[in-house]
Amino acid sequence: MSDIGAFERTVDGPREAGFGDYVALLKPRVMSLVVFTALVGLLVAPVSVHPVIAVASILFIALGAGASGALNMWWDADIDAVMKRTSGRPVPAGKVERGEALALGLALSGISVVMLALAANLLAAALLAFTIFFYAVVYSMWLKRSTPQNIVIGGAAGAFPPMIGWVAATGSVSVEAVLMFALIFMWTPPHFWALALFMKEDYHKAGVPMLTVTHGRRSTRLHILVYTLLLVPVAVGAALTSIGGPLSLAVAVALNGWFVTGAWQIWKRDETVAEADRYAVEKAVFRFSLLYLFLHFGAFLAEAALKPLGLGGW
Amino acid sequence: MSFHPPHEIHKRRFGRNLGLALTLVGFVAVVFALTVVKVTRGDPMQGYDHVLRPELIPEGGGS
Repeated sequence: MSDIGAFERTVDGPREAGFGDYVALLKPRVMSLVVFTALVGLLVAPVSVHPVIAVASILFIALGAGASGALNMWWDADIDAVMKRTSGRPVPAGKVERGEALALGLALSGISVVMLALAANLLAAALLAFTIFFYAVVYSMWLKRSTPQNIVIGGAAGAFPPMIGWVAATGSVSVEAVLMFALIFMWTPPHFWALALFMKEDYHKAGVPMLTVTHGRRSTRLHILVYTLLLVPVAVGAALTSIGGPLSLAVAVALNGWFVTGAWQIWKRDETVAEADRYAVEKAVFRFSLLYLFLHFGAFLAEAALKPLGLGGW
Repeated sequence: MSFHPPHEIHKRRFGRNLGLALTLVGFVAVVFALTVVKVTRGDPMQGYDHVLRPELIPEGGGS
């Protein structure tokens, strides 16, 4: 009869992982954003998709996003262990071995791409494969540790899901899909730089060349403002296409007005003022940026839902 | 013979096995549902495999 207690005393390795630890490798919070934006991309497309095919497509897009999350945790285990925000992740916490994260990431990548090709079409599957490659290799392995523009270019990986959803429904890329991509792509830098301003020790300790570390905090504040201004025409432009309508336009104008005001306030402040109120404005803009994306895509969804009633759209 | 209460590791292992089992059952259900939908909709269910199949030539296509 085996004595598990004795086994535990003699083996000094990682503790045996639970199912939840493997789920955590897939970055469920990021997956929820991917599911939402991909679902919007699929539902606002001008063709009807069978509900089973729609659910399966979203599921496999989410699985692909989870796979790239696992590959990221495999590669970045050393950085994650140093940063307070990520030190509790399964690999640095010693719950899951690095090799397991790699195996899970590769297996789920293959499964998700093949299944999306079977459920939807080859173009959607190819875009999903490129997204996983872009996040795991181009962003995690290359850009993240080598350039302060890591967030800018790496943001493309997070911007693909609505485009994949659209392509899963229509089979082709169009200006609406490109604008949904551009919306997330341009939104990512100010979102993460606002975070970097108040999580300042983390990136510095890990040696990740965030803009705050390489170009200073003054420059980061300016970059947030510039990218927020560049985001305005993209958001308004998307609201003027076939996926938009009066509601989307009103939401875009209001949200971008808010976002630019917040970015302006961030730019006006210096470190002394920010330290005094514990980065209240930066934290508020970061939280608002999450709402910004949710409401933008929610507005596209509302337009699509209102169209059959003769209300939404142009 | 006495029964010991299950060790914490056994509980965790059971949870992991149950999670995996449910995931696999869910995957089978998704594949089955997809198959039913594609077959009943009449989607093309075969591809070129080095044998000429006249039914794969699009209508009005071919020479």
